[in-house]
Amino acid sequence: MSEAVLPATRVALVGNPNSGKTALFNALTGSRQKVANYAGVTVERKEGQAHTADGRTLYVLDLPGTYSLRARSPDEEVTRDAVLGRLAGEQSPDVLICVADATNLRLVLRLILELKQVGRPMVLALNMYDIAQRQGLRIDLDSLSRDLGCPIVTTVATRKRGIEDLVAKVDELARSGALSQDNAWTAPDASDIRSAHREAQRILKAYVRPPEHPDTLTGKVDAVLLHPVAGLAILFSLLFLMFQAVFSWAGPPQDLIEAGFGALGQLVGAVLPDGLLKSLIVDGAIAGIGSVLVFLPQILILFFFIILLEDFGYMARAAFLMDRIMGGAGLHGRAFIPLLSSFACAIPGIMSARVIDAKRDRLTTILVAPLMTCSARIPVYTLIIGAFIPDRTVWGFASLQGLVMFGLYAAGILSALGVSFVTRRLFWRGAVEPFLMELPTYKAPSAENVARNLLLRASIFISRAGRIIFPLTIAIWVLSTFPGPPAGATGPAIDYSFAGRLGHLFQPLLAPIGFNWQMTVALIPGFAAREVAVAALGTVYAVADAENATGALGSTLATHWSLATALSFLAWYVFAPQCASTLAVVKRETNSWLWPAVMFVYMTALAYIAAFAVYQTAAAFGAG
Amino acid sequence: MNQIIAQPVAAQAVTEQEGAIIRLSQAHAGQRGVIVDVRADDTNHGHGVAVEELQRRLLEFGFVEGAFVEVLHEGAIGHDPIAVRLDDMRVALRRRDAADVLLRLDGHSA
Repeated sequence: MSEAVLPATRVALVGNPNSGKTALFNALTGSRQKVANYAGVTVERKEGQAHTADGRTLYVLDLPGTYSLRARSPDEEVTRDAVLGRLAGEQSPDVLICVADATNLRLVLRLILELKQVGRPMVLALNMYDIAQRQGLRIDLDSLSRDLGCPIVTTVATRKRGIEDLVAKVDELARSGALSQDNAWTAPDASDIRSAHREAQRILKAYVRPPEHPDTLTGKVDAVLLHPVAGLAILFSLLFLMFQAVFSWAGPPQDLIEAGFGALGQLVGAVLPDGLLKSLIVDGAIAGIGSVLVFLPQILILFFFIILLEDFGYMARAAFLMDRIMGGAGLHGRAFIPLLSSFACAIPGIMSARVIDAKRDRLTTILVAPLMTCSARIPVYTLIIGAFIPDRTVWGFASLQGLVMFGLYAAGILSALGVSFVTRRLFWRGAVEPFLMELPTYKAPSAENVARNLLLRASIFISRAGRIIFPLTIAIWVLSTFPGPPAGATGPAIDYSFAGRLGHLFQPLLAPIGFNWQMTVALIPGFAAREVAVAALGTVYAVADAENATGALGSTLATHWSLATALSFLAWYVFAPQCASTLAVVKRETNSWLWPAVMFVYMTALAYIAAFAVYQTAAAFGAG
Repeated sequence: MNQIIAQPVAAQAVTEQEGAIIRLSQAHAGQRGVIVDVRADDTNHGHGVAVEELQRRLLEFGFVEGAFVEVLHEGAIGHDPIAVRLDDMRVALRRRDAADVLLRLDGHSA
């Protein structure tokens, strides 16, 4: 057979979580990777290309990690269906690579036994083989290979060792004409699982000699990191450090991005003639993209910490430590990471809720994620606090403005816990999904993998900004621009637009919470991104360059608003439902319009109730 | 299959004894033993999944008859969840999900 007619081989990577599967995928495919979603589900699909020594191409698919083909989450369903060749829009893999952590074979042996039933040609990659050797773990590779009936390759993915050998073995198997046999796999019941474990035990006993120097480091580190008191103290210190980093390190690059987009806007504005096209490009496109990309530094810093801690093996420990604390509110321990990300922006937070395998727990987490104070609220908070809260010291040490800021963060967290508690009662009737989680051994993160992952997160965020957020900002620009003001109009142009009319229309509804029509109008462009409301307030109050000169806008507001109105606006923004991007991401992640609708309704209701309570109380105390 | 009939033992004095059979949900840090039964009969559930499904998940994680278990760590609030050594790996789980795992304590219990 000539090389040309032999079609490219399709390979799928299967393995337990924490087996170094993604590192092996990276080592196999290098930078030739493509990340997308599987058709119809929001499971990340990662495909790349590897090349054999004689130049043939292998298409490698990285499947989500699993302990069994008996799928329990959307991710694991993708793995099962891909392995079985049932996945819509996917070709069946020609060869499976089962990735195993050589130091932790017991569970993967059971997965291998299941995979063997599927009947596809398979290569076993014993990864992290260097650690196994260092521990003095002896594996009789030849006999194990004969017993399992599949070739075995030892690899060290992080050092790219054994990769050529693996590619050669896969290629050999594909060329040997080994065809898939009939699938004999059916979902195992309890007795099947028991007998598979017995078989795995037999294999382990026959071919694997226990390590001479087993890993004792993990136990020692856990004694500190999982300690009921010290462990929590370390976790909270880490969080504190992360927040410091997110808000202080991100400052300079954010200023740079803002200045860059500002300069770009001016440059384009100077070239283009005045008119609609200029307004569309400068005020719509450039300002819109800029207002989203400005969060990129914060998101990258946050993800840097999360990826680092994840690779180290700490995130499972954090979930363990937080499980009971969050469990009181009906949240899963794993919800901790998504909620943490939401302090930068709810979008990556909602996306990372995929780590939660229980569907109900994942939905609850998605629903409450936007209640975490995202950084888009900060410009609004600083503007109002600076204008209305006196800058003085209370109790001898605390700044009153800082206290109000802290109070707003706390209100967000408490309401998230409250909402998840109610959700659990209302929608799930108290049912609690099991919490079972492997605590992986600690490993030194590899710089290359951290960098690659970070780039991946950045590109996902940017492409999302392009595909979802950009059209939305254009739509909102249209609402705020058309129809234009009549000739001889004196008020700001936005007042005559659809947004302005909507603002006037809804104003009577918002009067009981103390909002005037200018505020109501400003809420509409705020749908693009919450902090755009600041610029919009600047527009309606005709304060030029409001976002960079909050001082000027602040003093204007201080003369136009009562204290009760200002406090009511802050209370509204604790909940602030108007973030179109968040709603769009929720639609994508849940594959339904129901959940974004539920989210919008409950957040609007809470925002209204909170603002009403605050306004009426403050007015009763004479601040109206 | 193991059909050992374990009385749900509550008294602390009994659980300390070597050879006593207790639920994993009742074990405290330092206790260790061998799993003698993994059941699907926890009646006070309210689990989001059926008891048979919970049993399968426990089995899949390696909570099988004959496996060695040692409770390593307990959470700060209500001693929950627990982190256990299960043969050669470490697993975290909530006590409520561990009720159907029965183990026979060995003599080295702390």
